[in-house]
Formats: sequence, C-alpha cells, structure tokens
Amino acid sequence: MTVSEISVLLNARVLTKNTNTNKEVLTACGSDMMSDVLAFAKTQCVLLTGLCNPQVIRTAEMMDIVCIVFVRGKTPDDAMISMAEEMDIPILITQHRMFESCGLLYANGLRGGANDV
Amino acid sequence: MSDVLHLKYTVCDDDFTRAGEASSDVKKRLKQLAIPPEIIRKVSIALYEGEINMVIHANGGSIDVFITEEEIKLVLADKGPGIPDINKAMEAGYSTAPDNIRTLGFGAGMGLPNMKKNSDDMQIDTTINVGTTVTMIIRL
Repeated sequence: MTVSEISVLLNARVLTKNTNTNKEVLTACGSDMMSDVLAFAKTQCVLLTGLCNPQVIRTAEMMDIVCIVFVRGKTPDDAMISMAEEMDIPILITQHRMFESCGLLYANGLRGGANDV
Repeated sequence: MSDVLHLKYTVCDDDFTRAGEASSDVKKRLKQLAIPPEIIRKVSIALYEGEINMVIHANGGSIDVFITEEEIKLVLADKGPGIPDINKAMEAGYSTAPDNIRTLGFGAGMGLPNMKKNSDDMQIDTTINVGTTVTMIIRL
C-alpha cells in the first residue's frame, strides 16, 4: 500500500510539500506512546497517532517510519511540518479517530507486522 | 588497533522539543559512513531512548560515540539522581517518569529494556545523587 493510497482510504490531507507519497508501506503502528513505537514498530511502517509534538517526527526519523498519520484532526505546527519535509516523511491528517483509521487500513490489507503474538 | 571516530554531544535539559537532536546527527553521520541500515536502526533506537532518558530524569548530560571498524560504542553520562534499583528499572513497563512526561509520549517504562534489546552489550554505572553512565556497544 502506498502513502497516496492511505490518504485516499482515510480521506486524509497531505500537509507536507515535496515529500514522496509513492513510497510503499508494509506495516502499521497505532499509538500515542512514542516509547511503544520505539519498542514495537516494524519496518516500512506507517505511524498513526493522536500525539502531536516534535518528538513524533523525531521518533519517526529514528525508526525509518515511511509516513505519519495524525488522527482526530490533530494538526502539527509549521516547525514539525518543516522537520518532516527535511526528512522526506509525508504527514497526513485525517478526521477519523484512531480505531476507525486503523480499522480502515486493516480492512484493506495492511497488518501490524508482529509475528510474536 | 583501528582508527576511532569520536563524536561528542551535550544534551540540554531546558527544551524537551529539542531532545533527540544528538541522535539525529549521529544517524546522519552513520549513513554518510555507509554503516549497514540494520546497525543504524539499532544505534538510533538505543541512543534516542538514552537521550530522552537523560532529558526526563537527569537534567541532560553528555553523549560520546566511538566508531571503529569493529563496533559502535555509545557512552551516555549524566549527573542526575542515579537509579536506585537497576533490576526494577530494567523491567518492561516500570517507570519513575512524572505524569507530564507521559502526556508527551514517553515514560512507558520501555526505555532501558529497549536500549538493552538494541545493543550487544550494555553496562549501567550509577551512584545515587552523583549520576549515571550507560555504555552500550553495537558490533558491526
């Protein structure tokens, strides 16, 4: 699933300019706790979160997260958007809540990538 | 003995939004050095967790990164309160972070276990009211 396809499925807006939305996403992680993201996110992952601070972008950078979806209409500030643009991490914003957002992606074939449950 | 590349950073405690800048810089440098991606990922996670810990618990500190052909050594030193019970601190889910840190997305008690998971060797030297030094080695 590409970042563009995710934006269509979640009726999301892409806030970043000139970030690559053709990138392929293989797994997904939904959390407001960056500690958990750092411990559990898998490769080529989309991060869905309702937390909105610069550490979300920093965590995404460290984990090579492909793109970030802010749920519940959470809107990052310009500094966060610039950071993400510098790192070529597309930022999407959807009005859906976390549960619906994850459900929509799961129903369309995306998985968490954990094999240890 | 092979050459050592030494990177040095000071971690400030005054601005949580800036936490992770050192880890970000190390990641860029490792990419430039063509270090394998899976190694960069381990170093990035271990170092970022450590850097966040220093900001949350210890009023900042210093980070030294030593890169050789064999390994990457991360030394995080602070003059914070020390860790009273290391075994407890290593338990997944145990945290002494204040509630306001959890609202920022951290303090789930996953930091130290995740640092250990992503390093090949981790040593913690801590003295109450003196400080803590965490040394992690990731082999190449």
